[in-house]
Amino acid sequence: MIGFIIRRLLASIPTLLAVLTLVFLLVRVVPGDPAIAILGDRATPETLAALRAELGLDRWIGAQYLEFLGHALRGDLGTSMVTHRAVWTEISEALPHTIVLTLAAMVIGCLIGIPAGVWAALHRNGAIDVLTRLLSLLGLSFPVFVSGIFLLIVFALQLHLFPVIGNPRPGDWIDGLHKLVLPAITLGIVMAAYVVRVTRSSMLQVLGEDYIRTARAKGVPRRSIIWRHGLSNALIPVVTVVGLYVGILIGNSVLTEIVFNRPGLGKVIVSALTQRDYTMLQGMMVIYCFLIVVVNLITDISYGLIDPRVKQ
Amino acid sequence: MTDVAVSAPPSPRRAMIGRLLSDPTTVAGVVLCSIVLAGALLAPWLSPHDPLEQNILDRLAGPGSDYLLGTDQFGRDVLSRLLWGARVSLLVSFLSIASAVVIGGAIGMISGYIGGRFDLVTMQVMDVLLSFPSLILGMIMVALLGSSITNLVIAIALTAIAPFARIARAPVLVLKERAFIEAGRALGFSHLRILLVHVLPNIVTDLLVMGTLWMATAVRTEASLSFIGLGVKPPTPTWGGMMRDGFENILDSAWLCIWPGLAILVLVLGLNLVGDGLCDVTDPKATQ
Repeated sequence: MIGFIIRRLLASIPTLLAVLTLVFLLVRVVPGDPAIAILGDRATPETLAALRAELGLDRWIGAQYLEFLGHALRGDLGTSMVTHRAVWTEISEALPHTIVLTLAAMVIGCLIGIPAGVWAALHRNGAIDVLTRLLSLLGLSFPVFVSGIFLLIVFALQLHLFPVIGNPRPGDWIDGLHKLVLPAITLGIVMAAYVVRVTRSSMLQVLGEDYIRTARAKGVPRRSIIWRHGLSNALIPVVTVVGLYVGILIGNSVLTEIVFNRPGLGKVIVSALTQRDYTMLQGMMVIYCFLIVVVNLITDISYGLIDPRVKQ
Repeated sequence: MTDVAVSAPPSPRRAMIGRLLSDPTTVAGVVLCSIVLAGALLAPWLSPHDPLEQNILDRLAGPGSDYLLGTDQFGRDVLSRLLWGARVSLLVSFLSIASAVVIGGAIGMISGYIGGRFDLVTMQVMDVLLSFPSLILGMIMVALLGSSITNLVIAIALTAIAPFARIARAPVLVLKERAFIEAGRALGFSHLRILLVHVLPNIVTDLLVMGTLWMATAVRTEASLSFIGLGVKPPTPTWGGMMRDGFENILDSAWLCIWPGLAILVLVLGLNLVGDGLCDVTDPKATQ
């Protein structure tokens, strides 16, 4: 297993390098002068030149690239152009909130999605199956800010079950959990919708296999056939989807954080976008991609845990 | 001797349309999309008011006979803004996905056809693009380029190029080994002709089916960007922008969020239902 993990770790190095290169290029190929974008049209040529020198934009692009790469590999993402604090410090303060929200949404998505998918597969083409399919399509069709606002209107404004503002009091776990419920459900709906579809089709495929028929013929109890023999073999595609859609969850967490006014990467990126904080944006893109690469790595490792053949 | 009526089997395309129309959920999707499309096309005639006209005396009026769906904080008619907003949603999502299909499809086809190291590098770049969360990439691109319809189209297209390149490449890898392509090469056909005349028709259905599903994603992305304030600039009505305005007044005028939210939902659900139905018909295994 350790050899498998090391091989996967080494394989993700070129991807990370390519990501860093693309991030560097994206910020630079865009037309327009970042110095003018930051200081505005009325800035004097001297102040523009000073800012360009401060940002290193006046140097050869190759030198800028090597410096960026060197710093990024050492974990130094630079200093914010607006707050003048280290980019990593700003991100590391917000990151835990986003990770908690994403993980909670993943758990909700799997807790709803997997049983519903199995249930739909067991009632193929029946009323339950059609209803599950429609509900999952409905879940996929809700942009998270729409579902978030709808949940807010119903459960916070009408029923007063949850607070309108989701900023948890520091150190108060119960308050934190209470304020996590609506945002996590908002994000969890999207995940559940994806998981239901994949679980259903994967279960249908597995339930048609010969070994399931053999188990039935041997008189293995139905519950054991479904959950032990069926689901455990149907899980690989589900894990793939959960891994793939963590990227979508992370993207959508920005909107959820805005709707529920929660702290997290969403707030940091929106303020960086509105203030044209290029170093912050560059750092955020690196962090987002790094998170996705780590999730892909965990997904691959979990294949090895679910199906020992993958390790070969 | 009895006459036996022999009818020719329906053409594959006609059979496909027949199967599509026999599925009630697909028909529901077509109906939902048609409603939005009709609303967008007929907006100048259907709108009871000018979508930009401000009636300060009627601001935040609830739904009633003067304003069927109420007015916003500037006293603008919500229904008229919804109808005109449909144009932006449809235009941006269609243009961005059409560009992504053409560019991504071309990259995937050429990469798969040439193969070797070129293919390896191109696909590595596509994988890197895929690893960016698409909404974040869209946000950053619009913020860097500036918000306009053209830049929104570019940003959303960029987030969708990589998946289309992957979809186009996979069948090309199999197709290029087939005898009819080899025959084309032996006859001296140019690579361009082989790609356009012999390869493209084999992958165009896959691209169009995915295009429908991705249009739903594009509508969501456009609305999300407008909601964050990175969409088409006000006062042009957009559904995401209307949600943003409504969100600021959510405590006393929640309906301002509900109408544009439902409009986005209707269009995205309609596109998803049609896309799902198309997937079923073209590749029954995909949604079995």
